[in-house]
Amino acid sequence: MADVEVEQQQVEKPPGPTQTDDRRGFWGSALVVVLSLVAAIAVPVLTYALLNGTFEAMSGRVSAILVGLVAILIGVVGVFAMFTLVDYAIKTWLPDKIGRAVQPYAWAGPAVVVLAIYLVYPAINTVQLSFADATGEGFVGWDNYQYVFTDPAMLRSLRNTLFWIFVVPAAAVAIGLGFAVLADKLRRSESIAKSMIFLPMAISFVGAGIVWRFVYSFRVEGSGAQIGILNAIKVGLGGAPVDWLAIVPWNNLFLMIIMIWLQTGFAMVILSGAIKGVPEDMLEAARLDGATEIQIFWRVIVPTIMSSIVVVFTTMIIGVLKVFDIVWVMTGGQDGTEVIAERMIRNMFTFRNFGRGAAVAVFMFLAVIPVMIINVRRFREEEATR
Amino acid sequence: MSGGPVTVPDIEQTRAAKPRKGTAGGVSDPRSLQVVRVIVAVIIIIWLIPTVGLLITSLRTQGAIESSGWWTVFGSLFDTSQWTLTNYQEVLTSGGFDSAFVNTLIVAVPSTVMPITMAAFAAYAFSWMEFKGRYFLFVFVVALLVVPLQVALIPILRLYAGGPEFDVSFLSGIAGALTGYDVERVTTGIPLTLNGTFLGVWLAHMGFGLPLAIYLLRNFMGSLPSELIESARIDGADHFAIFRRLIIPLSVPALASFAIFQFLWVFNDFLVALVFLGETQDVRVLTIALNALNGQRGEAWHLLTAGAFISMVLPLVVFFSLQRYFVRGLTAGAVKG
Repeated sequence: MADVEVEQQQVEKPPGPTQTDDRRGFWGSALVVVLSLVAAIAVPVLTYALLNGTFEAMSGRVSAILVGLVAILIGVVGVFAMFTLVDYAIKTWLPDKIGRAVQPYAWAGPAVVVLAIYLVYPAINTVQLSFADATGEGFVGWDNYQYVFTDPAMLRSLRNTLFWIFVVPAAAVAIGLGFAVLADKLRRSESIAKSMIFLPMAISFVGAGIVWRFVYSFRVEGSGAQIGILNAIKVGLGGAPVDWLAIVPWNNLFLMIIMIWLQTGFAMVILSGAIKGVPEDMLEAARLDGATEIQIFWRVIVPTIMSSIVVVFTTMIIGVLKVFDIVWVMTGGQDGTEVIAERMIRNMFTFRNFGRGAAVAVFMFLAVIPVMIINVRRFREEEATR
Repeated sequence: MSGGPVTVPDIEQTRAAKPRKGTAGGVSDPRSLQVVRVIVAVIIIIWLIPTVGLLITSLRTQGAIESSGWWTVFGSLFDTSQWTLTNYQEVLTSGGFDSAFVNTLIVAVPSTVMPITMAAFAAYAFSWMEFKGRYFLFVFVVALLVVPLQVALIPILRLYAGGPEFDVSFLSGIAGALTGYDVERVTTGIPLTLNGTFLGVWLAHMGFGLPLAIYLLRNFMGSLPSELIESARIDGADHFAIFRRLIIPLSVPALASFAIFQFLWVFNDFLVALVFLGETQDVRVLTIALNALNGQRGEAWHLLTAGAFISMVLPLVVFFSLQRYFVRGLTAGAVKG
């Protein structure tokens, strides 16, 4: 269980209990600090030991179905059981005063420990690796970043991602907003109508990829009927069938349409909520002044819900920066359809070049941070006024 | 898909408290209302065509799929020779989608419950316990919302592989300065073999899901009235009792919203599963199986459509049965990094 010590160091970083407590004296507070650390790492370590032990005990001895059932059961109750155990231990074994000082760290500490291992350490390590070679061993300076900004495929991915950022959020917001406004005018069928647009949000990107590969499917002219609906329409209108996903550069747009299809429901739901929040007397006043519905939309509704529009935009920009599955499934990044997240996984997984993969990841990280900060701040403001 | 519109629950948002407009948004002219209806209907049809096409295709025989477009069935609905369920049978058995479905559940259920449990304890501590560093630790957690999980993939992959090439010596300086502990011991390798195991994926999903879970639950729990907790304390209840009997039951809406968001996120996840679980038959999940089928047999539409629909069934059921929580969960999940 050597990972115990690593976790211990990570917990130390947040200052928490390190300051000396006047009432307890040096040794008393030192004891509390140590016990708090032990309590914080206890749940993660015990949970890991429990789960790992269960899997090892089962491996090769019982049927796969039973392994699955036990795994689900133990995964579901394991964390709670370990929290209960540690809390019970604190209450029974420690003197009341020390126990009360330690307890909060036993509750909040495990999450901090897990986050230190799964997000803080990797973030630091990724930055380090971005200066290392393919295996992550030797130091190569800025070579990987040079690769990010000079490699032809990388440059295409940067260009494409930029287009994704401009096209997808704008299209999804435009369609979502338009639909929300129109659906708002319906009476009974509004919620069903909105469900239908929101439905793709439940589908995985891989599933959506298959759905749309079928829409775009293509057969060479003369080798049978077109079974993809787009080509069937094109042929029906007297055109020749085309391999949509191989038309450079428009194939990028056809991939973006999938993302728009998936995400418009999200924009629509958020904006629909915002539209319903526009004060009725404001709309009435505008109508009395003789404004048309279109004028009301542009001059009253849109300015009033601007902050929601910004939230949708920022959220989608983040989603687009990280889009990877769609490209991976549809084209695999062929025919000039690379995007940065796809390049990251490609470098890491297919080329096994950890240094370059890490450099792309750092680039993504830096691109996401400002948008994410805007987003979290907006979200907090919204929560505060709720 | 037309499984009875009566059962479709309301998709009203979180702020459903506002009364509906009596004037239907001001459109009183029946002719313009008709225009609105037509436009809405057209958009819906465009939105549904891809999914409907997939569903219909998955129910047709391979020969029928390849000789005519799926839309032609509307002209020959009662020609039973084109309908079949063998696509599903084939993809479930020889395609391995049966075990992939089970694997997906094995991944998704604990990956949903584990972060929620851990986050609930942490959120309670951040809301209702006094301790040094409370504010700092909470800010630390919320700040991690900005870290995209892509950043974590390579280091965790290496960590899971264990072995001597893993080096944490850079930590010893920081930790040594902070603690004065003897940290030499930890700079050697950590014997983990978690790549390709369910446990490894659970823990990864837990780590990636925690910031949002803590953030949402802390917001919710912190807004519960403090008199409630105080009166329970006066009655002699300790934190654990308050947490279990009072806070958890009261937090069900927040817990459910996050649970649905996280469950669907994990169920539909491809990236984390690809990296940490891999493509071997005994552990692969639905999205991986679907991608493999797509790669091997790109034109086997009878299998691809059936497989895709199998991967969509559970999310769609969740969507239609728990729509209110679903919408709230997804909109709250907007800040997931």
